[in-house]
Amino acid sequence: MKDEEYNLINSIKGQEGVTLDRREFIKLMGGGIFILFSVGEPFAFQERRQRRGYPQDFNAYLRIGEDGRVACFSPKIEMGQGVFTSMAQMLAEELDVTLSAVDMIIGDTALCPWDAGTFGSRSTKYFGPPLRQAAAEARAVLFQLAAEHLSTSKEKLVVKEGIIFVQNNPENKVSYAQLAKGKKIERHLDKKPPIKHYSKHTISGKPTDRLDGRQKVTGEAKFTGDIRLPGMLYARILRPPAHGAKLKSVDISAAKEIKGIKIIQDEDIIAVLHKHRDVADKALGLIKAQFELPEFKVDNQTIFKHLKDSAPDGETVTEAGNLEKGKALASKKFEAAYFNHYVAHAPAENHTAVVKIEGDKATVWASTQAPFRAQGDAARALGFSLENVRVLTPFVGCGFGGKNSGGQVAEAARLAKLTGKPVQVAWSRKEEFFYDTFRPAAVIEIRSGLNSSNQVVFWEYHNYFAGSRSSLPFYNIPHHRVLSMGGGWGGRGGGSAHPFSVGAWRGPGSNTNVFAMESQIDIMAEAAGMDPLKFRLLNLTDKRMKRVLNAAAEKFGHSFSKAPSGKGYGIACTDYLGTYLATMAEVKVNKRTGEVRVERVVCAQDTGEVINPEGVRMQIEGCITMGLGYCLTEEIHFKGGRIMDENFDTYEIPRFSWQPKIETVLVDNPEMPPQGCGEPAITSMGGVIANAVYDAIGVRLFILPMTPARIKEALKAS
Amino acid sequence: MEKIFSFKLNGKNVRLTASPERKLLWILRSDLEHTGTKFSCGEGFCGACTVLVNNEAVLSCQYPIQNVNGKEVLTIEGLQKNGNLHPLQEAFIQHNALQCGFCTPGMILGAYSLLLKNPQPSYRDIVEDMEMYLCRCGSYNRIIQAIQTAARTKKGYKS
Repeated sequence: MKDEEYNLINSIKGQEGVTLDRREFIKLMGGGIFILFSVGEPFAFQERRQRRGYPQDFNAYLRIGEDGRVACFSPKIEMGQGVFTSMAQMLAEELDVTLSAVDMIIGDTALCPWDAGTFGSRSTKYFGPPLRQAAAEARAVLFQLAAEHLSTSKEKLVVKEGIIFVQNNPENKVSYAQLAKGKKIERHLDKKPPIKHYSKHTISGKPTDRLDGRQKVTGEAKFTGDIRLPGMLYARILRPPAHGAKLKSVDISAAKEIKGIKIIQDEDIIAVLHKHRDVADKALGLIKAQFELPEFKVDNQTIFKHLKDSAPDGETVTEAGNLEKGKALASKKFEAAYFNHYVAHAPAENHTAVVKIEGDKATVWASTQAPFRAQGDAARALGFSLENVRVLTPFVGCGFGGKNSGGQVAEAARLAKLTGKPVQVAWSRKEEFFYDTFRPAAVIEIRSGLNSSNQVVFWEYHNYFAGSRSSLPFYNIPHHRVLSMGGGWGGRGGGSAHPFSVGAWRGPGSNTNVFAMESQIDIMAEAAGMDPLKFRLLNLTDKRMKRVLNAAAEKFGHSFSKAPSGKGYGIACTDYLGTYLATMAEVKVNKRTGEVRVERVVCAQDTGEVINPEGVRMQIEGCITMGLGYCLTEEIHFKGGRIMDENFDTYEIPRFSWQPKIETVLVDNPEMPPQGCGEPAITSMGGVIANAVYDAIGVRLFILPMTPARIKEALKAS
Repeated sequence: MEKIFSFKLNGKNVRLTASPERKLLWILRSDLEHTGTKFSCGEGFCGACTVLVNNEAVLSCQYPIQNVNGKEVLTIEGLQKNGNLHPLQEAFIQHNALQCGFCTPGMILGAYSLLLKNPQPSYRDIVEDMEMYLCRCGSYNRIIQAIQTAARTKKGYKS
C-alpha cells in the first residue's frame, strides 16, 4: 500500500533532534534496572533515524527504580487520546505491578527516545508491543535476581503486585524495590521473551479510567501556557492581514507609551512584550501598520476549479485488471464528483511555547505533537546545537495533526534571545485560524459500473489534493484504478496550489475519500434496487469488513430499505490503517430550514486487541462528535490569503445541542495486535451522514459541509 | 490609571493594583498565577475561561477587574475542600467526561453555576444552559452524564 506517511515525514522540515546518549541517560537517572528496547516502526522512520545517525539498537526505555516505581519514557505525548493510560496498562500488566506504580514520562527530549511525532493513530500500535516485550524482559531480570536473593530457582517463584515470592511460601519474598536497590543493571532487549496471553490479562483489556483525570478536573494539570518563570514576558507579534501581504509602514509610537512594554523590531519580526499578556495585547492593538495586499486569485467559490486546474500529473495509488474490460462488462455506469472545503483543527489550546535561555542552553515548553521537531525549530532559531536544547511537553490541549508543526516555538526562541528573558508566545484564536495547516480542500471524481448481477465491475478514482489514505477500494472490484493528483496533506507536488498551508487533519485524506467512496456505493445500491447494507455485503469478500457491518447493523436494530426510504438511515464503512469500522446513523432533515439533526450514531469497530475498552469508546465518541462539524458546518472562508474566519462565531464547531445518541460496539478480535483508534471513526462521518440525508429527503449532497443553505439549494434544484 | 482592587479569591482576600479595564482572566492567570482558568478563544465564544463571581458564571476573558471589586471569585482551584473533590469533579472522573482536559475547568464551573440555580436539571436544561461551552474533543454526552450524576448526589453543590 502506498501511503502518505512517508511523504508526511519527509515534508516535515527540521525533524532532527537528539536525545542524550545512553551513558549520559543512565547517569542522569541514578540506580535501578533499565531495559533498552527498540520500537518497530515503518521502514521510512527507521531509515530516517539511521540517516540522522541515531542509535539503531534501541530507541525506548523503561526503568524499575530503587523505590520500586516503574517509569516509562514515552516520546508519545498526551493530547487527550489517552496513551498516558493505555501505555501504563500494558506495562503494568506485563510487569505484574499495580497501575498506580507506573510513572509516565512523556515528550521530554532529554529523557525520551527520538520519535517523529504523535500522529496517525500509531502510539499503541507501534509503541505498545515492544513496550510489552521490554516489560517481559524486565520481569525475567527481576526473577533472576529474586532467585539469587531467595536462594531458590526461578521456576519456584511467583509474583503479585511487584512482590516476588516462593510458591507455597509467601513469607519468603522480595520486592522489586529491594531488588533494584543499589543496582545499576542495563539490559538490551535483543531476544523476544514470551509475553502473557491476552486471556491471562487482569489490567490490560479492562475498562480503565483516565490516569490524568484527577489532575485535569482540579486545574492542576499543566499545559504549556501555564508555565510561569521568574521574569517571563508574554509576547504578541504583529501579523499580516493576509498570507503573502507585505509590510509597507509601521508606527509603534503609541505602543511605546505603555508602561513596562518592550518592543522588538528585528528583521521580519515586530513584537511587543510585557509581564502581563493582556497588556501586551493592548500594546499590539496600538501599533499602526500598513500592508500591501496581494491580488487575490481564489476564494471559496472558485477553489475547486482552481485545484483541478493546478493539479500535477496523477500517480497511480493502486490498479488491478483492466478498466476498459471492466467498462465493457458494466450494464449500468455512474459518474460523480465530490468536494470538500478547507477545515480547521481549532484545538482548545492555541499553539503555545515558552523558552528560557541559560548561557548556551535552552529549555523549551511547547504544545506540540512532535517534541523532537520543536527541538530542531528552537535550535535553528537560536543557533544552538541540538544537544543544548531540551524540549518538555506538558499536557497538550487537542492536536488532531494541527500541532505536528507550529511557528510559535521558533518565535518564542528568537524573542527569548533578543530580550534576554524567558518568553511565552501563545497564539490568539485569530492567529490560530490564520496559521493553521488546514485540511486541504479537495475534489474526487469517480466513474464506476455494475454488471447485471449488481456486482461492481469497474472503479475509476481520480483524487485531487485529498491525499491517498483510505482510497484503496476494499470492495471486490475486478477492474480498478486509483489516481492521486496533488500530494494531499504532505504537500508534495501540490502545496503551492493552496493559498495557505495545509496539513494532516485527524484521519488525513480518509475523511474525504470515505465520503466520496461510500456515497458512490450508495448511488450504485439504489440503482441496483437494493438496500445499501445488502449491496455492500454482496460486493465484499473481506471477512473483517463484513463482521463490522453485521455488528453495527445488529446494534442499529432497524432494517435498511432501498434509498430514499424517508427514514433517514445511513451507512458507511472503511478500513483505516488496519482498523475496520462500520457506522450507521439516523438523521432528520428540516426541509424548510435545510438543517440536519443527527439523532443517533452506531459505530462498530474492530481495532484488534483492545487495551482500554473505555479509552477506545471515548475515542470513537469523540471522533463521531467532532466529525459532525466537517459534515455540517466547518468550512474556512477565505479570499486568497485572507482568512475570514477568526473565531468560533463564524467558524461553527459541534456543541452540546448537536449531540446525537452514540452507541459503540467493540468487535472482539484479540488475536490481532492492537491497531490505532484515535482517528478511524471520524473518517466515515461524511459518508454516513450524506447517505442518511439522501435516505431522508431523496437529495444527494456532493459537497462537505452540508450546510442548511446547500441543502435548501439542492432541494430546490431537485 | 491604575487603582487598588480587593476581592476574595477562593475564600482568601486578595489586594492588587491594576488598570480597571484589565480582564479578570489575565489578573488570575498572569498577576496571581492561578492557571487553572484557561485562555482559549479570548472573545467570549467558548466558555473555557469561566469562573464564578458572587456565584454567577462569568466569562473572565471579558470581565473587567473593576467589576470584581469587593466580590467573591471562585475558580477551579477553589472547588476542593480539605483535599476532597467536589461532587462534580468526582463525577467528571467517574464518567471520563474529558479527554485533553483543556475545557474542563470552564465546563465544571459552568455546571456548578447551573446546579446552584437548578439543582435537578433535566437533560434539556443541561443542554440549554451549557450550550455555549465548547469541547473540541467531543465529550459532551459524558459531561451531561457527569452533571446528572453530580445532581443526584446529596452533598450539595456550594463549595
